[in-house]
Amino acid sequence: MKIRLQVWRQEHARDAGRFETYEAPDVSPDMSFLELLDVVNERLVLEGREPIAFDHDCREGICGACSVVIDGRPHGPRERTTACQLHMRSFPDGAEITLEPWRASAFPVVKDLIVDRSAFDRIIAAGGFVSAPTGSAPDGNALPIEKENADLAMDAAACIGCGACVAACPNASAMLFTAAKASQLALLPQGQPERWRRATAMVARMDQEGFGSCTNHGECMAACPKGISIDHIARLNRDWIHASLRAGRRTATSGDSAGG
Amino acid sequence: MSAQAPTAPAVARATSALSSTIGLKVVMAVTGIALFGFVLGHMAGNLQVYLPRGADGVWALDAYGEWLRELGHGGAIWVARAGLLLAFVLHVGAAWALSRRSWAARPVSYAKWVAKESTYASRTMRWTGPIVLLFVVYHLLHLTWGSAHPDFRTGGVHHNVTTGLAQPLACGVYVVAMLALGLHLFHGVWSLLQTLGLSHPRYERLRRCAAALLAALVVLGNLSIPIAALAGWLPR
Ligand code: HEM
Ligand code: FES
Repeated sequence: MKIRLQVWRQEHARDAGRFETYEAPDVSPDMSFLELLDVVNERLVLEGREPIAFDHDCREGICGACSVVIDGRPHGPRERTTACQLHMRSFPDGAEITLEPWRASAFPVVKDLIVDRSAFDRIIAAGGFVSAPTGSAPDGNALPIEKENADLAMDAAACIGCGACVAACPNASAMLFTAAKASQLALLPQGQPERWRRATAMVARMDQEGFGSCTNHGECMAACPKGISIDHIARLNRDWIHASLRAGRRTATSGDSAGG
Repeated sequence: MSAQAPTAPAVARATSALSSTIGLKVVMAVTGIALFGFVLGHMAGNLQVYLPRGADGVWALDAYGEWLRELGHGGAIWVARAGLLLAFVLHVGAAWALSRRSWAARPVSYAKWVAKESTYASRTMRWTGPIVLLFVVYHLLHLTWGSAHPDFRTGGVHHNVTTGLAQPLACGVYVVAMLALGLHLFHGVWSLLQTLGLSHPRYERLRRCAAALLAALVVLGNLSIPIAALAGWLPR
């Protein structure tokens, strides 16, 4: 296959950046998209030019490192597929493909296609701890969990934190990510003690990081490589409203636990 | 956890909730419900333009307008107007604050972006909203104060509607505004349910259908009037 790439090149965070065109005349349809970039980069290195910087790690769709907007869609045109799991057979021979980084002020460009997604880590950190008893392993089935809730929590926990939701959102909102991280705990008994505090704290941090405001377009869900549903966003909204109405009521703090 | 101290005054809590994107969205949703309720009721009232004169020779629409103005010794209409104005100001204010945040959140736009799940209605909310706002101003000048009406008669609601909307230009303004309102409500009604967390996978189809149905109801009811006026189908 022959592929022509329009790639966003940006030296560093404060560089203005521009598109550059690269030809890849010898592409195998069985290559992954990242392998295509490897091949292009090898040639750039041989020519003594700077290779295209892109994020990647597991290359098996589970780490969330790869993060490229491919032809107007985060992770490319295939549903529920990360860029590393996207194959060149998904494109016609002779295709001209545009590559851009995630575009959000909360995700500053580090270089070329790499953005800094540590805002996500800070949202998770704001969620805080989960009260869990220490000591020996709990007895099997001692804590019954409804099958439906267990499944929904697993769906939310499938989030790999890649940021495609933010990249796809016309508002650059991080609601799907935040909702998934809040829901995976809110749906389980272990997540209940801090549920309301967690909802408000994570949303406050999300706002503070400068993400936009969700207007329920649903683009996040369509771009999510794990197919996480915007039902989780409704749940986070619900929890946030509940928590705000409860605010001011006395909630247990660390000093309340039996035995100090 | 001092932020949640039981003595936290309600004002402080309200301001902190309103500095949150979700808090502002809840304001939009709640005021959206109020405005939607108004448009629905307003449309139902307007449909009386199709009714004939009563036994006393008074048009049904004129009698209805009279009744509205007299309700609660003339006080009810002012309460309703104040409530609507407040809802409008809060709705537009929150829309402005949230839109600014979202624009700031994406300072560099994509060279190429392909929509997949969003709808035409959802992508045009920031156009259809202001169109409705401009229309409301025109509409008040046209049929409430009469300064934009060629032959305005105080209290002559039926006359004002039938003659005012029979002008092609005015009729066109109403038609365009109602189509914009329809798009706004089609996304807005669904969106407000999501914002308020009223969601369940089993009822997802129902939510979409309800939004489409309610938007269609308002638009078709309201659209029929300027079209009928222009075509000369309204009783004169
Ligand atoms: C009769 C007038 C109006 C009605 C019935 C109405 C109704 C609604 C409803 C129900 C929503 C959904 C709220 C939510 O997402 O939770 C909404 C959202 C919105 N409205 Fe309005 N609205 C009206 C006028 C306006 C005006 C005048 C503006 C702007 C100048 C405006 C701008 C917006 C914007 C920007 C949104 C957010 C879009 C989104 O959430 O996707 N609206 N409106
Ligand atoms: S590289 Fe790990 S998900 Fe793509």
